[in-house]
Amino acid sequence: MLDPSPGAAPAAAAPRRNRAGFRGVVAAVALLAMILVVALLSLMWGAREIAPGDVWDALVAPVAGNNDHLVVRDLRVPRTLIGLVGGAALGAAGALMQGVTRNPIADPGLLGINSGASLAVIGAIAGLGVGSVAGYLWFAFAGAALAAVVVYGAASLGWEGVTPVKLALVGAAFTATATSMITVVLLTDRRTLDEYRFWQVGSLANRPLDVLTTVLPFVVVGLVMALAAGRVLNALALGDDVARGLGQDVVRGRLLVVVAVVLLCGSAVSLVGPIAFVGLVVPHVARAIVGPDYRWIVLLSVLLGPVMLLLADVVGRLVARPSEVEAGLVVAVIGAPVLIALVRRSKGMAA
Amino acid sequence: MSAPVLDLAAARRDVAAQGLRANRRRRGRRRTLVTVVLAAAACALSVTALMLGDYRLSVGEVLGTLAGGDEAPARFIVMELRLPRLALGVLVGVALGLAGALFQSVLRNPLASPDVIGISQGASAGAVAAMLFGGLTGAWVSLSALVGGAAVGLLLYAAAWRQGMAGHRFVLSGIGVAYVCASVVGYLLTRSDLREAQAALLWMTGSLAQADWGLVSTLALALAVLVPAVLLVARGLDLLLLGDEQAGSLGLRPEATRTAVIALGVGLACVATAAAGPVAFVAFTAAPVARHLLGDGTLALLQSALVGVVLVVGADIVAQHLLPAGLSVPVGVVTGAVGGPYLIWLMASGRSRTT
Repeated sequence: MLDPSPGAAPAAAAPRRNRAGFRGVVAAVALLAMILVVALLSLMWGAREIAPGDVWDALVAPVAGNNDHLVVRDLRVPRTLIGLVGGAALGAAGALMQGVTRNPIADPGLLGINSGASLAVIGAIAGLGVGSVAGYLWFAFAGAALAAVVVYGAASLGWEGVTPVKLALVGAAFTATATSMITVVLLTDRRTLDEYRFWQVGSLANRPLDVLTTVLPFVVVGLVMALAAGRVLNALALGDDVARGLGQDVVRGRLLVVVAVVLLCGSAVSLVGPIAFVGLVVPHVARAIVGPDYRWIVLLSVLLGPVMLLLADVVGRLVARPSEVEAGLVVAVIGAPVLIALVRRSKGMAA
Repeated sequence: MSAPVLDLAAARRDVAAQGLRANRRRRGRRRTLVTVVLAAAACALSVTALMLGDYRLSVGEVLGTLAGGDEAPARFIVMELRLPRLALGVLVGVALGLAGALFQSVLRNPLASPDVIGISQGASAGAVAAMLFGGLTGAWVSLSALVGGAAVGLLLYAAAWRQGMAGHRFVLSGIGVAYVCASVVGYLLTRSDLREAQAALLWMTGSLAQADWGLVSTLALALAVLVPAVLLVARGLDLLLLGDEQAGSLGLRPEATRTAVIALGVGLACVATAAAGPVAFVAFTAAPVARHLLGDGTLALLQSALVGVVLVVGADIVAQHLLPAGLSVPVGVVTGAVGGPYLIWLMASGRSRTT
């Protein structure tokens, strides 16, 4: 574990809490505004630029046969909505992962969830010949859930039960195993490699809207659980023993968080592919704004995720016009400098 | 009345002291036993690797040849065909095992191995760029992998250095850089010809098939410099595990030691990756497995290196001889597929602490 700073525990002092609350509210309002701006940009910009007025017309009073309106309604609206939902799910999942493993380098990929989903998608492509994003959906979900069951189950066996370190190590071990199997398939089956290499980078493009409506209930349940889990995560951050002493049911709390992570990650992976980086960076940004209180970190992560993912998507559309760079690739290039800048500023990092 | 009480206390102290001594002896015995068993396993696997192949050799033939025997087919097969590959596997195992152990202990994070903090990804990005952009092969790919890994190492050093080297800054910056490099690789893979993409994927899995004496001796030379240096800092690293303040009061400069250890870890990971590609999971798994086997929370550098050797050589035997011949999977697939479940099993059944 990284060295915990003395201020890691939620401070009990009232003024400090109020300040965090105030900053949290301001940040939340600002982020909501940013989401609106980025969503508008996502509707306007792309291979073809469309004026804000035309976007508005396309949304409220579409003219049949107008090419711009068609682009907005059929391509950019689904894409924007998927970015919003996927980003929120990834951001929340990342905050939960870092809280439950007490490890600031945890991301949604860590529990093996992304690789479980990827393995299932590979199986679908290679074994069953599935070839569309809507077809991948259930495989990704099943793979994510299976990975979580295996990892959590293996980590809870043994002497000490589930500890954050065991959870992280078992997750990484599962990831390695799944990656090996994926590699075997990819090295022997060129057609599968051709499909998989595009799915694997993560993108918002060419996703039909009914994928979103299928996934949405899971995301909503996951988000509600995530927002409710802040108190549990605050207790867990103090260590299992202290959390138990505070009357927290540690095992049940951790299980709740893991279930929420599966719902969120499974949905996000089936929507946009395995983009884990959003989930790594966003909680750090949130922590830099509001401090160590997980109730605020989770909330801000839910709002920051969409901003980052959509921004990456818009940038990806603009840098290589008329073609585009996948959002999953742009996210890392935008996010890494942010992460490094944050990390440089920090003295001690609360896990 | 008081005398029996005193006696009782003294007797208790005696028992406690005896218990401590016995405990220390038992740990020492376990340490020796684990080390010997690992070394024996590494030797046995090495001999097996030299025996197996299209032309089977007996144990006697292999050992005879190694001892300087001169029989015609055996000598050629061992010295020219099989020994380079084995030697590469052993060296890569040592380098990755040590690198993982160094990173995980100095950064105090069990997840901090070269495949997580960007060194492997940097090397991959370098190599894949050389293959797909430049159309290069062979030594040039290795060289650009080395450059890529070292560049990431330097970049992280620059990013994490601010009035001293804090572990968490290095790790987090490393993960950020790892994602960037992975993105570069993803971009190159999606924009290239499918056949070349598959070749690049093969390199990124890690393989020993390209072994020849030139490569082996270059890697051996690099390790001959790096490994003694690791031994030099190992004592300082042991003290560093006590915490910066204690280590400082024992006359150590924590920052300097940490910097040296990280530099050595980057160096080891880079040369191994340049030679064989980022063989999956070896660096990650060697130290946790070694520590679990020892079960006493010590540094376990030697044991980690041995676990690395056993894993790489064993996995290469499985990849070459046990899997169906048509599959011809590289060693990196097997290290992940075998190492992963083994680590999970250790975690699920283990009784000792992981940290």
